[in-house]
Amino acid sequence: MFELLGITPQALYSQLLVGLINGSFYAMMSLGLAIIFGMLNIINFTHGAQYMMGAFLAWIGLTQLGPWLGHPDFALNYWVALIVVPLVVGALGILIERTMLQRLYKLDHLYGLLLTFGIALILEGLFRYSYGVSGQSYDIPESLRGAINLGFMYLPKYRAWVIVASLAVCFATWYVIERTKLGSYLRAGTENPRLVQAFGVNVPLMITLTYGFGVALAAFAGVLAAPIFTVSPLMGANLIIVVFAVVVIGGMGSILGSIVTGLGLGLLEGLTKVFYPEASSVVVFVIMSIVLLVRPAGLFGREK
Amino acid sequence: MTRTQLGFAALIIGGIIAPLIGIYPTFLMKCWCFALFACAFNLLLGYTGLLSFGHAAFLGAAGYMAGHSIKVWGLPPELGILTATAFAGVLGYAFGSLAIRRAGIYFAMITLALAQMLYFLWLQMKFTGGEDGLQGVPRGKLFGVIDLADNLNLYYFVFAIFLSGFFLIYRTINSPFGQVLKSIRENEPRAISLGYDVDKYKLLAFVLSAALSGLAGATKTVVFQLASLTDAHWHMSGEVVLMTLIGGLGTVFGPVVGAFIVVGLQNQLADKVGSWVQVIMGAIFVLFVLAFRRGIVGELIALFERKRVR
Repeated sequence: MFELLGITPQALYSQLLVGLINGSFYAMMSLGLAIIFGMLNIINFTHGAQYMMGAFLAWIGLTQLGPWLGHPDFALNYWVALIVVPLVVGALGILIERTMLQRLYKLDHLYGLLLTFGIALILEGLFRYSYGVSGQSYDIPESLRGAINLGFMYLPKYRAWVIVASLAVCFATWYVIERTKLGSYLRAGTENPRLVQAFGVNVPLMITLTYGFGVALAAFAGVLAAPIFTVSPLMGANLIIVVFAVVVIGGMGSILGSIVTGLGLGLLEGLTKVFYPEASSVVVFVIMSIVLLVRPAGLFGREK
Repeated sequence: MTRTQLGFAALIIGGIIAPLIGIYPTFLMKCWCFALFACAFNLLLGYTGLLSFGHAAFLGAAGYMAGHSIKVWGLPPELGILTATAFAGVLGYAFGSLAIRRAGIYFAMITLALAQMLYFLWLQMKFTGGEDGLQGVPRGKLFGVIDLADNLNLYYFVFAIFLSGFFLIYRTINSPFGQVLKSIRENEPRAISLGYDVDKYKLLAFVLSAALSGLAGATKTVVFQLASLTDAHWHMSGEVVLMTLIGGLGTVFGPVVGAFIVVGLQNQLADKVGSWVQVIMGAIFVLFVLAFRRGIVGELIALFERKRVR
């Protein structure tokens, strides 16, 4: 059937796989944005830069850190980076929250957007200054090289790992927020922070940790992305704008909604690449416009 | 004379003599274009309370439209600029009617996403010249008489465009229409309860702001004989926010001051520090958001007010 349209099944499957991978990044990123927005009422424009930092720190750990420390053989391998880098970037996020974001909670939330935009410019500029705009490549870890033969297509192991890992992280996050006691504090804090504080929960601490977690999630996505996409200072900015569109489409009210919307849009983008490649870069924005016309609050959003 | 009249006089006199006292006209023209852009943006953010993070879309689109209509269709510069302004206005209507369906932070994200969509379209379309931009736009003769190839002629033409745009914005914010916009900024539910159709007001403000941004973009194309992707990139949307923020949100003269500072800084720094420019711009952003939210002109006004009270 596909041959009639001039498309081989291989091309279709491989684009769908790419779409699914992009979709898992959209899901992780929009999830982080949604969690941060829920607690802080701030759209974290720095999210893209923090994702970029995740990828960059992983790359630095693998190739630069050893020589810096005077031990050229020493390298932070992929699996260590997957844990350490999100912690480092998350800690930096907490620093940003404590020193700057915190002062803006009582103001119009446009200032939060502007501040995080400024920070994103600084971070992006610093990495551009140090490493240029051309991308760096990050080798796929030994154990995830090669591909699995699925019969109808070859599935590169690393890509399969990215999808599994990001889905696992997304659903773990969903579980914690929706099904545990900690999550119930968080949800209550999103609804009415003053009341929760009155019950003796340390809300400012919760806000700080939420921001740290959202940022760490972005950095985790960055480390996962490093071996697939070229590591460049601009990688985050290009992603974050699409993720904003994803967030508008899904609405930020629901955790599961962000995950589903992210994955779905990734797949749709992949399909567009097969059937009408010219439109693949704009398809998410077109869908956003249609959703705004039909259902302004977003697919999973609530009208306020 | 009131302070505003004083400001106007200083602006006009300064604008007229600036190129005569040895300031490079091309630099000044760039400043006026961005000043108009920032003022148009301020009409939306400062007076209506809508943060558009995609205003570069209108600057860039009008730039391409002006370039194409002058270079390929052979329109004289004044008609080319008018066509491009109208085009930006239509585009503003389309973007605006989508974006005003959501408020607050979503509004910013929607405008940013729509602008990015347009950016990708320009990148792919043939007539824009992709990464190279639309080059070699002739300056032509204004009304068929005045030769704009002469820098000084062009300068006064650009300055006149800026002044008319600036005056239009000034009149708008001081009109009954402008008062309604301010009431929407201050308290939207209340404006609704007073019987105003706020969506119509917001949309009209958006279209006006988009068209004037387009006017700035079209003029810029005539000045530099080039329409490029830079003008449509989200960095530019960020820059116009920065200009307005530095100068002072919701002040008449603030965006002009902000535009001169940002363009001047970029001009001074570009060849000295290279990619540090972006870091410096980001740092200024952070500084003004944290410490000087009223902007330079806003802080000055507050200072005068305090003195007067004492």
